[in-house]
Amino acid sequence: MIRTPLRPLARILDARRKGENPDAIERENLRIRHEQMRDKARSRAEGRLLVMAVMFFCAFGVIGARMGTLAASEAEEPRAQATGASIIASRADIVDRQGRILATNMETFSLYAHPQQMIDPIKAARELVAIFPELDEDRLRKDFTGKRKFMWVRKKLSPEQKQRVHDIGEPGLLFGPREMRLYPNGALAAHILGGASFGREGVHSAEVIGTAGIEKFFDDALRDPAREGAPLELSLDLTIQAATERVLQGGMSLMNAKGAASVLMDVHTGEVIAIASLPDFDPNDRPRPLTQGEAADSPLFNRAVQGVYELGSTFKVFASAQALELGLVNPETVIDTSGPLKVGGFRIGEFQNKNYGPLSVSDIIVKSSNRGTGRLALAIGAQRQQEFLKGLGFFEPTPLEIVEAKGGQPLLPQRWTDLSSVTISYGHGLSSSPLHLAAGYAAIANGGYRVEPTLLRQNGPRLGSRLMSERTARQSLDMLRKVVTEGTASFGEVPGYSVGGKTGTADKPKARGGGYYDDKVINTFASVFPTHDPKYVLIVTLDEPVETSGTKPRRTAGWTAVPVAAEMIRRVAPLLGLRPEVETRHLTGIINTSN
Amino acid sequence: MRSLLYVLTFMTVIGAAFWAYHENYKTQAALGEAQAVRADLRDARARLAVLKAEWAYLNRPDRLRDLAEVNFERLGLMPFEPDQFGRVDQVAYPQPPELPITDPVEVSSAGAGEQEP
Repeated sequence: MIRTPLRPLARILDARRKGENPDAIERENLRIRHEQMRDKARSRAEGRLLVMAVMFFCAFGVIGARMGTLAASEAEEPRAQATGASIIASRADIVDRQGRILATNMETFSLYAHPQQMIDPIKAARELVAIFPELDEDRLRKDFTGKRKFMWVRKKLSPEQKQRVHDIGEPGLLFGPREMRLYPNGALAAHILGGASFGREGVHSAEVIGTAGIEKFFDDALRDPAREGAPLELSLDLTIQAATERVLQGGMSLMNAKGAASVLMDVHTGEVIAIASLPDFDPNDRPRPLTQGEAADSPLFNRAVQGVYELGSTFKVFASAQALELGLVNPETVIDTSGPLKVGGFRIGEFQNKNYGPLSVSDIIVKSSNRGTGRLALAIGAQRQQEFLKGLGFFEPTPLEIVEAKGGQPLLPQRWTDLSSVTISYGHGLSSSPLHLAAGYAAIANGGYRVEPTLLRQNGPRLGSRLMSERTARQSLDMLRKVVTEGTASFGEVPGYSVGGKTGTADKPKARGGGYYDDKVINTFASVFPTHDPKYVLIVTLDEPVETSGTKPRRTAGWTAVPVAAEMIRRVAPLLGLRPEVETRHLTGIINTSN
Repeated sequence: MRSLLYVLTFMTVIGAAFWAYHENYKTQAALGEAQAVRADLRDARARLAVLKAEWAYLNRPDRLRDLAEVNFERLGLMPFEPDQFGRVDQVAYPQPPELPITDPVEVSSAGAGEQEP
């Protein structure tokens, strides 16, 4: 670049000659140079600004265009997924302990209508009513010809019904895919499974949500997509559950009972193998809860878990076990059970006003003496009795994994007086569910450890804290065995399975208070088998049974609940894989004394 | 020299573009295939679920019990009883097959003559 000098010699000389100030030339040149520099810098800055503007325009343009396409396009799954990331959106299955399906999903369709698009709404309404008789034709016609733009017609369709709706040929009737919950075994284990229904519904899909039972308890876990469809394994066994319900149903109708419940539980793991409550219902078509009357009369009511009853003499073994544990008595200690025994102004009587006289502790259980256990309870004291029963779990609802379990809150006396102590020792004044009783008997059967009932399959024993010594548990088991061999539960003997148990007959309290019914009882048989190596407890409870084969109606558990339980054990024990043990007497050894 | 460099660069660009397009097409094809497989999987899973549900429905204890009762004369199925347990050592070994008789000998001829016509 040619730089213009600030003081060009020719012009300076010329100026000097004319007598002008040559500095003016320099200033003038300097000014011109500065102006040039300024113009250059300005144009450069303008260029840069332009580039920046273009860049910003492009960037915002790209973002805007992308947002526009995103907003305008249909949502779509990304095609290139990471390998193996298979998200299964449907609700997980529920299976039994051997993997047999208890609840699964099925694809079906829902039917909805766009009345504005209908060609012949009157005919459509008529034909729909011909397919679904439960729909109201007038109502449909009104909806179809009215101002509505959208309406649901039916939530679930069978494939045949769908085809028939297709055949109407009405373009305003549309189908939306649905997943529905299916319980293929019908009413089997209905109270445990509960039921499911639709939550939020859209045209393309609908949420399936659990409404009761284990479906509701594990609702979030079953719906979790990260589960990848792994089924929920229960501790129930389908075959055994079916056999139990069958026997219980038969027993209930034979004994003219209005309800029945049974619990079969593994004593070491706390797994509930079968749990039944009758009457039951079909979870595929769950009935509505009763709006009036007693909840206990609804088939939805789970007697085994929600029903809290005074379970009668089945509680006696807890009093004797605690007395043994505290060292107050041993099984052979003789206690005078003759009357009268007055506690807090009340006379404690025996069944049919019998008088057993002096009895050993073992015989108190075998003959089921109220005064005998009452005396044991007085010796134990209310405080220690409460602690023991609390340890066995009789103070809070069972932790079973169904939502209804929280409703099984035991009813305890408000003030635990000596009288409460005595009545509770023979099972009156404290109401608990059959499942509580199963957990209590399991603690005796497994050698003295607390065990909590569960519905989930376990891999090994889950024994809790120790409640009584091995020796006490053994002695109590021997007493329970004796109740069957020589006591009130003689019908409970099942050859080969060494059943031990205790009967309980409790008068039903009147619903509105004011004492007990004379001719309404709750009969319970709590059993353990086999007593030489206990593996299972079985509780059978019958509500208002009466046995009418004799001249007088019989209402004691020995005549009602015990035969049902015995039949149940006979059916179920082989299915559990228990081999009958033939109890052979030891032959006197033949000794060669002389030749 | 410079023109040779230009030609080489140009050829490389063409080659790279060709390779890139080729890879792109392969990827598209693989994605399409994966989608088809995924659709197959989905269908298979749906079919499996239906079959499982149907299997469970057909094997429900109520139905099996009714079938056992209906076919009692033919099958004689009864509930499992405690006395059906056995031990392996209670099961007899199968009898060894008898030796084939290749040369039968008449051991008695009493009355043989009378039967002859």
